Amino acid sequence: MSSYRITGETGEWEIVVGMEVHAQVVSQSKLFSGAATEYGGEPNTQVSLVDAGFPGMLPVLNKECVAQAIRTGLGLRAQVNKYSRFDRKNYFYADLPTGYQISQFEHPIIGEGKVEIELSEGEKRIIGVTRLHLEQDAGKSIHDQDPTRSFIDLNRAGVALMEIVSEPDIRSPEEAGAYLRKLRQILRYLGTCDGNMEEGSMRADVNVSVRPVGEEGYRTRCEIKNLNSVRYVMQAIEVEAERQITIWEEGGTVDQETRLFDHVKGETRTMRSKDDAHDYRYFPDPDLLPLELEQSWIDELKAALPELPEDKRARLEKDYGVSQYESGVLTAEQSVADFYEEVARGADARLATNWMLGDFFAALNRTGRSIEDSPVSAQGLRELLGLISDSTINGKIAKEVLEDMVETGDSASAIVDRKGLRQVTDSSAIEATVQGILDANADKVAEYKSGKDKLFGFFVGQTMKAMKGKANPAMVNDVLKKLLSA
Amino acid sequence: MSLDAKKVARIARLARIGLSDDEVQTYQKDMEGIIGWVEQLNEVDITDVPPMVGTGLATARLRDDIVTDGERRDDVLSNAPEREGLFFTVPKVVE
Amino acid sequence: MVFDYTLASARDALRKREISAVELVNTHLEAIERLDGRLNSFITRTPDQAREAAKAADDLLAKGEGGALCGIPLGIKDLFATEGVRTTAASHILENFVPPYESTVTANLKRDGAISLGKLNLDEFAMGSTNLTSAFGGVENPWKRQGSDARLVPGGSSGGSAAAVAAGLVLGATGTDTGGSIRQPASFCGIAGVKPTYGRCSRFGTIAFASSLDQAGPMAKNLRDCAIMLESMAGFDAKDSTSVDKAVPNYEAALDRGVKGMRVGIPKEYRTDNLPEEIAALWDQGIAWLKDAGAEIVDVSLPHTKYGLPTYYIAALAEASSNLARYDGVRYGKRVTGPSLDALYEATRAAGFGDEVKRRILLGTHVLSSGYYDAYYLRAQKVRTLLQRDFLQAYEKVDMLLTPTAPSGAFAWDEKPTDPVQVYLNDVFTVPASLAGVPAVSVPAGLDSTGVPLGLQLIGRFFDEETLFAAGHVLEKSASFSHRPTLHAGVSA
Ligand SMILES: [Mg+2]
Ligand SMILES: [Zn+2]
Repeated sequence: MSSYRITGETGEWEIVVGMEVHAQVVSQSKLFSGAATEYGGEPNTQVSLVDAGFPGMLPVLNKECVAQAIRTGLGLRAQVNKYSRFDRKNYFYADLPTGYQISQFEHPIIGEGKVEIELSEGEKRIIGVTRLHLEQDAGKSIHDQDPTRSFIDLNRAGVALMEIVSEPDIRSPEEAGAYLRKLRQILRYLGTCDGNMEEGSMRADVNVSVRPVGEEGYRTRCEIKNLNSVRYVMQAIEVEAERQITIWEEGGTVDQETRLFDHVKGETRTMRSKDDAHDYRYFPDPDLLPLELEQSWIDELKAALPELPEDKRARLEKDYGVSQYESGVLTAEQSVADFYEEVARGADARLATNWMLGDFFAALNRTGRSIEDSPVSAQGLRELLGLISDSTINGKIAKEVLEDMVETGDSASAIVDRKGLRQVTDSSAIEATVQGILDANADKVAEYKSGKDKLFGFFVGQTMKAMKGKANPAMVNDVLKKLLSA
Repeated sequence: MSLDAKKVARIARLARIGLSDDEVQTYQKDMEGIIGWVEQLNEVDITDVPPMVGTGLATARLRDDIVTDGERRDDVLSNAPEREGLFFTVPKVVE
Repeated sequence: MVFDYTLASARDALRKREISAVELVNTHLEAIERLDGRLNSFITRTPDQAREAAKAADDLLAKGEGGALCGIPLGIKDLFATEGVRTTAASHILENFVPPYESTVTANLKRDGAISLGKLNLDEFAMGSTNLTSAFGGVENPWKRQGSDARLVPGGSSGGSAAAVAAGLVLGATGTDTGGSIRQPASFCGIAGVKPTYGRCSRFGTIAFASSLDQAGPMAKNLRDCAIMLESMAGFDAKDSTSVDKAVPNYEAALDRGVKGMRVGIPKEYRTDNLPEEIAALWDQGIAWLKDAGAEIVDVSLPHTKYGLPTYYIAALAEASSNLARYDGVRYGKRVTGPSLDALYEATRAAGFGDEVKRRILLGTHVLSSGYYDAYYLRAQKVRTLLQRDFLQAYEKVDMLLTPTAPSGAFAWDEKPTDPVQVYLNDVFTVPASLAGVPAVSVPAGLDSTGVPLGLQLIGRFFDEETLFAAGHVLEKSASFSHRPTLHAGVSA
């Protein structure tokens, strides 16, 4: 159990956090209309008359969005509800064209599930998922273009969202961050949400309350809406918890309300009160009939599910002998794991792991590239490692070759040939060079022989230098030992 | 059930229908009458009766995920009471 | 003469080239010109488009081509979106709304060659039973009481449709029925009207009142004409999730099936204490006609009938309050601006909606609001289940039900009760079938003592409109209803 505590004036407090994550479903068209979901179109171009709420327009449910919700439910090891329904959540807002959002209130498509998170010390915790339901996104209001008016763009209106609601199981900002990252990882693996928080594909509402350590039950919570980064989620929880503790300790009470996080000021503040706005008058949408799922379809989707991060980790550990830490890094992104496997499958697995996590990641960092647009392909890296394994080059030369690969895009063998980097394994050539080094350093040979063992490294270095690093290091060692003991 | 003027005014606000005080009085009277009349439903034994959802003739039909609509911004904007460029406009909303 | 045509006989005459579509359309346009200043059955007339279409229809007919309704002049209830033609729902809030799309029902009629003469008046957003709630003024029923010039209501909400058909201004009209809005005005105006099974006609492009109840249907001089129209209007539509994928039968062919061996249920709960005697008598007459034609008459019970109206008002108004939230002055329709967005909403909706619509939105908002949902909305939906079960149980014993269509004939404009509940009672016989989703028709069967028409209603099984056409046609033949209203295109003023 993590033991994140906040020390107040009156004692120790713990925080209780539940999260509602809105994840945009990966689909071509919207949840209830045939308009495109693509990001970044001109205002009001990706809008059907259904999305714009024109009179007489009717919603028709997108099959793929339903499939994506089921896949996600399966990925969260959750209950898939064969009966679900769509309800209307009624409220007025400028970017909500029909005056209601179609959502699933009473009967969500996905029931209880769980997410395992891993904390910095390798400690694991299970965060319960209460439910997942499908709903429509609203449009966008732009408030900063005109002094007296807001502008409305409906391109987002009607895009499918999955709202994933957690149990109030989260007990620290770190856990909240880990939960969000883990959820994001699972969704990305499943291909059900691209997880792009900057573009708003994932947004979190965070419910925060605090209680003195040891107190049972929950105190009043506040919902902080629309946090669009892991960092903001963690910061918002921290400052909100502190705000609430201060209120309680000063003898006040926390009001249940919706708040916004101001990341510039580092504080949360009340959303302009919408006094009567919170009576959503949910009722079943009469334009849509109940959704009844066939078990065979669920089975089909389950059979086609990609390998999930947990399973992939376990397999990488087993198949390639990587450590728990290494498997965590290698599976953080599916694309990295795929790349790794592509490399490791035809190479020495240990070598592959070390090179991926070491020089290859360093090269990506240095060039500001991601694995998707890596300057070196998995095949290219595998070829390089192959050259090490078969003694064509040694590790040191390999680093130089990798740098060249990143720069020129040439293959490892082409670079080795171009630069003449092939390792020297001709023992007479090595012997001749070593003999020359020893002859030129007679004083050091004498010191070595009188017991200064450390000088062995000096002779190795000199030999390598003379041979431009291309000598086979093992052979150099052998020859040196032989000649020095002569 | 009583439906006082305050409640009617609150309902009107929820429904975003501006009402004068006089109108609130009138609607209160009508609504109270109608609500009183519909309350005869309380006589009906609804134990174990499921609510009707749809007419039971069909369940949800799913459409294929293909882009078949959109790219019709002139239609979308054709009846706009006020706009700026390609946007609809409303009095500034403060959050 | 032209005004003796039914839709069916006009269709045949057009095919035989006994009359041209241009002549047929022009004659009807002239009649509208002549009579509709008074009747006010049209909100928007489209004579130019109609004449164009008539010319095109004649070209097709000359080649022996053209769909089932080629050249037939119709009126369209102004609740169906018509591309490029103003569509108002009889509300100020949409008074300048020109949809860039066409409803499926009207598109189907167009596809089959029908020609729209314009958009017909109705109660605002189809909310009413009198057609007096229209923002474009009330509609006058072409019928008069004997010796009285009092303006009578045509019924509602499809009052413009009923009046236009009854007065001979069009050969048929589209209607929509949420709780009786086709059948009750049909009864008041002495014409036939069909409310099909829920899901039979697409709701796409039809302005919603109460989505779980709204059904489009035909209104015409007789059931044959309705059958021809319904065959065109009906059909599966992928754009409406509640549309049912079921083949459309040949309704016209069902007309002459007769009722021999069929069982007709008489629900005892419809014989209410205050049912006017002449309506009870007409009902008995209808029973006798069906019996004479070989049907077996069976007494049945629909025990929850008396809860139909309150159930209907809760369900319909709840849905309406949500359906009408989109009229907010932001994307289309009327806008009355204000210092804030909420002020804009409140001012727009205050100015845009009429009194009855506001009352219904407020009630609908109330029954869904927190603390009341279970007591009103949820309870009503459960009672609705019981009401539907009543029908399904009755259909184990009978093939259809026969009832009066409305508890009265047309009343005068100034006799409209001030108590809304009294107005709602007009729909007492029509609402249960709407709640259950089953089809029903109304046919004119006689006149009351003051000389205004009365209709009888037949209610059928899901998707068994054919039986209703067959039995309704028996009633039509027996009644041989040939009366004409005082205000009629065929009567020179
Ligand atoms: Mg939320
Ligand atoms: Zn949500």
